[in-house]
Amino acid sequence: MSFIRGLKCRECGREYEIAPIYVCEFCFGPLEVVYDYQGIKGVLTREVIQSRPNNLWRYRELLPVEGEPTNALNTGFTPLVKADNLAKHLGLKELYIKDDTVAHPTLSFKDRVVAVALARAREFGFDTVACASTGNLAHAVSAHGAKEGFKRFIFIPASLEKSKIVASLVYEPNLIAVDGNYDDVNRLCSEIANKYRWAFVNINIRPFYAEGSKSQGFEIIEQLGWKAPDAVVVPCASGSLLTKIWKSFKEMKEVGLIDEVHTKVFAAQATGCSPIVAAIKQGIDVIKPVKPDTIAKSLAIGNPADGFYAIHVIRETGGYGEDASDQEIIDAMKLLARTEGIFAETAGGVTLASAIKLINSGKIDKNGTTVLCITGNGLKTQEALSGHTPEPHYIKPNINSFEEVLAKIKKV
Amino acid sequence: MAVKVKIPVPLQRITQGKEEVEAEAGTVISLVNDLNQKYPGLAERISENGKIRRFVNVYINEEDIRFLKSEDTSVKDGDVVSIVPAIAGGI
Repeated sequence: MSFIRGLKCRECGREYEIAPIYVCEFCFGPLEVVYDYQGIKGVLTREVIQSRPNNLWRYRELLPVEGEPTNALNTGFTPLVKADNLAKHLGLKELYIKDDTVAHPTLSFKDRVVAVALARAREFGFDTVACASTGNLAHAVSAHGAKEGFKRFIFIPASLEKSKIVASLVYEPNLIAVDGNYDDVNRLCSEIANKYRWAFVNINIRPFYAEGSKSQGFEIIEQLGWKAPDAVVVPCASGSLLTKIWKSFKEMKEVGLIDEVHTKVFAAQATGCSPIVAAIKQGIDVIKPVKPDTIAKSLAIGNPADGFYAIHVIRETGGYGEDASDQEIIDAMKLLARTEGIFAETAGGVTLASAIKLINSGKIDKNGTTVLCITGNGLKTQEALSGHTPEPHYIKPNINSFEEVLAKIKKV
Repeated sequence: MAVKVKIPVPLQRITQGKEEVEAEAGTVISLVNDLNQKYPGLAERISENGKIRRFVNVYINEEDIRFLKSEDTSVKDGDVVSIVPAIAGGI
């Protein structure tokens, strides 16, 4: 049984039937899925959730699918790691890492949104899925689409790093490398989406796709023992994940799974692309687009589609935002690896580096429970650390050579 | 020669299904108002009180007008203007 009521414009409130549409015909505002929360209350209980497999569909009543999901059966329910070493280093009482570096199957939180987008694309009857991406989304659509037997069109900027291209190509999608930057690719794709009847996960399937992000928030609450954290730090590109995590917390309260939510929501961006954080720091509502210049490529969106809503969530919850330089991002990636054994992509460095600033400035309470959303795996962006890691100890294949080096290591 | 304006699907109902229309040169906002004469209802959908709506991206020859002079950016004959709804991407 489905509890989806329809789509609603976030700006003017006009309602639409469920369909692969994404903007309001009257004001161009984004459309959002509306649920029957009263109906869900009492049906989706803690016991029901806990009786289901450890994947994102355990919260299916709060996700925009009609039937019983049959795809992405290993996606979601990533570890919530209690980060005691890092907490000690930062002087925090209780710190957790929501670790989507091990999301199945492509090691980023995009596996969640694509799982939902493809389930919905199937329900709409599409045979082709598509996306514009610089990396993680391309990998997720390529992989999930292969497993589900969709034709796939993946649009990327031609200048993308070779390693990222290979991580899509291995699944043999139609990879279209566009001579232009990400914004050019996006603009082209919105024209293509107009012309072809394909499920563009981040265009005409966007209202459904974006809802998949909520699964990360649902899991945080369940894994904390059915309570919301005091602070959550979320990396922002478009601002979508941040707004959806907040929505997921509010929904869990709405349907009676938890009693209260007092969480402060914090945004993390790279200094070289921080239109959302800049607006928060300036106390204004208007997002000024920027031309991105940062090593955190997965966050390099200069014109954030959900930035306005992200700012409102941050204000509403009493949170704040911080930004991190390239060097701070690298240092934080290394700190996370050294203390918690988690190798995050550059976006993870952004999250931790920004969190450190928020802790030091007192914006995040050291005595509260803090969760950092780590959204992708560092193996995908290894070139970012080139020249920033220690060197190996080179030796000859004999014990003397080894012991010479060992003596040096012991001295340090 | 006039300004070419690319129309997104959600607006094509107003432009009688046309994907591309022509408008007079001027500023972005005067162009929108000019189009509204031919296609009533277009201006109110993408602008409000003389400002382009928050969720509408306007490009002149592939450059976002917010990097130019926003609504006051001048548009000349031969320019190509694209109206694109904001789309998702990234985190």
